[in-house]
Amino acid sequence: MKFRANLYIGGAFFATAVIVGVLAPVIATHDPVFDANLMNAEIPPGWEYPFGTDAQGRDIYSRVVHGARISLTVGLVAQCINSIIGVTLGLTAGYWGGWWDDLVSGLTNLMLAIPSLIFALAIMAILGPGLVSLLIALGLTSWSYSCRLARAQVLSLKSQGYVQAARILGYSDLRIMFTQLLPNILGPLIVIATLGAGGSILAEAALSFLGLGIRPPYPSWGSMLSDAREQITTAPWLSIFPGLAIFITVLGLNLLGDGLRDILDPQSRERTS
Amino acid sequence: MSVPLLDVENLRIALSQGGKSYGAVEDVSFSIAPGETLGLVGESGCGKSITALAVMGLLRPPLSLGGGRITLEGGDIHDLPPAKLRQLRGKRIAMIFQEPMTALNPLSTVGRQIAEMFVLHAGANWSEATDRAVEALRQVHVPSPERRVKDFPHQLSGGMRQRVMIAIALACSPDLLIADEPTTALDVTVQAEIVDLMQELCAAKGTAILMISHDLGLVANMCRRVAVMYAGRIVEQQAAADIFDRPRHPYTRGLIASLPRLGARVAHGRQRLQEISGVVPAITAFPAGCRFSPRCQRATDVCQSNDPPPTPLPENGLVRCHHHG
Repeated sequence: MKFRANLYIGGAFFATAVIVGVLAPVIATHDPVFDANLMNAEIPPGWEYPFGTDAQGRDIYSRVVHGARISLTVGLVAQCINSIIGVTLGLTAGYWGGWWDDLVSGLTNLMLAIPSLIFALAIMAILGPGLVSLLIALGLTSWSYSCRLARAQVLSLKSQGYVQAARILGYSDLRIMFTQLLPNILGPLIVIATLGAGGSILAEAALSFLGLGIRPPYPSWGSMLSDAREQITTAPWLSIFPGLAIFITVLGLNLLGDGLRDILDPQSRERTS
Repeated sequence: MSVPLLDVENLRIALSQGGKSYGAVEDVSFSIAPGETLGLVGESGCGKSITALAVMGLLRPPLSLGGGRITLEGGDIHDLPPAKLRQLRGKRIAMIFQEPMTALNPLSTVGRQIAEMFVLHAGANWSEATDRAVEALRQVHVPSPERRVKDFPHQLSGGMRQRVMIAIALACSPDLLIADEPTTALDVTVQAEIVDLMQELCAAKGTAILMISHDLGLVANMCRRVAVMYAGRIVEQQAAADIFDRPRHPYTRGLIASLPRLGARVAHGRQRLQEISGVVPAITAFPAGCRFSPRCQRATDVCQSNDPPPTPLPENGLVRCHHHG
């Protein structure tokens, strides 16, 4: 049996991020917000502060650990909303075709034409800053990728013998979509979703930077990166550690997606076992 | 004659293209009695498969029903609401296909795919349906069915997959099985097994078969009656024995003459196989008059101007040719 390196390494990275987020209050050594002390500002990594401190003297390690909560929530929940909207629209548009397909395709093109960040900004401006509006804004603005992918996959699968066969054997439309089409398009959709979750984490960073995301002083990896940009030459640890956290999480998600795709395809499962 | 199970009357299937409507299938009539096997023979593109789709009520644009009636035990199929029509498919009319490679869902075990039929059409729960799937696999002579139900389609050979398809199609003991070139993609040795299996099971369940094929030999073996289609029309319909002994239509003659015969070389020396010259005309460019006339050696002026009417033959047969005889 082949060792599924992708799955295990990706799973380990991602699980670490999740565990860190869940256990944040326990494993943080300082309070991420209120332990500001200008006397300790910008101390390089050392024994006292393993990741160093920021311009306000707050412990970067504790802030990264707490930031995991917000970044992961935003990344996962926003991508879930995106995937659900995108897959539902793409699946039905590809399968039913006709005016519904025209409508969904038009909407998808519209969404792709408007920069999603601008659109998210507009939504945030209406809803006001905060975690929930952030989730809604990011969840509503980048479903077009999964929608397009789902639609294209369904279009090519629709003419497959087994989908035709299902119709001939008396399956209802919904049954065909859920038992024949969805399982067969899930692989690429999961890979896209893992990439999208990384993208959502970064989009949250951008919105936070523009003052419409997570309000300072509460830490998210994105807002920490934004804050650190001016000190990138003088105090690189300010950006290295939150950057590393994003990198590991997004890499973990991508590897995990790759590994899951292998598992979801019985043919490649056969090859590796 | 008893009430036919399936009766197709003057079926016309319209193909719309560029704002125009063409008759892809025209004036096709046949009927199948309960338990009977009818062969539908013809070249690729002559309308066999879309006739089958029409019988299942599954024509999709650009194809549509342009006229005629399809009745199953007296009830018009196209009058049924979609939900009722769906219940009909799989339960009363089932179908098997040419390509067993692609006709099974690659992500689902064969057991599950068979069991789904029992859940869908017989209201069984999953555990009961799985037991019945094992039984269905045993019926199609798949060895160690208890183990095979857990297999995925790619783990089975082509012949095995076609057996699984048959098990799915016959799961609910349908009244009519439409077999669309069921053996074309299989090895010759497997072909015979599959055909035997189909006949054996259908006889046991009282299922009628509409056998669609371009293989005259196969059809002659399986069917009591044969209909030959050319360019969207039935050009000849006769009892299988008669069609081989006394083919009436030049197209049928051509088909039979183009079959290689065992022993012919010994008797007559090395000879070129007879072919029918030319190709089937495109649906958008059917010739006026008899549609076979451009390829027919016996064609005369009347063939090019007048469409030959169907001439009745004994035993519900017909031939559509000015020069039949």
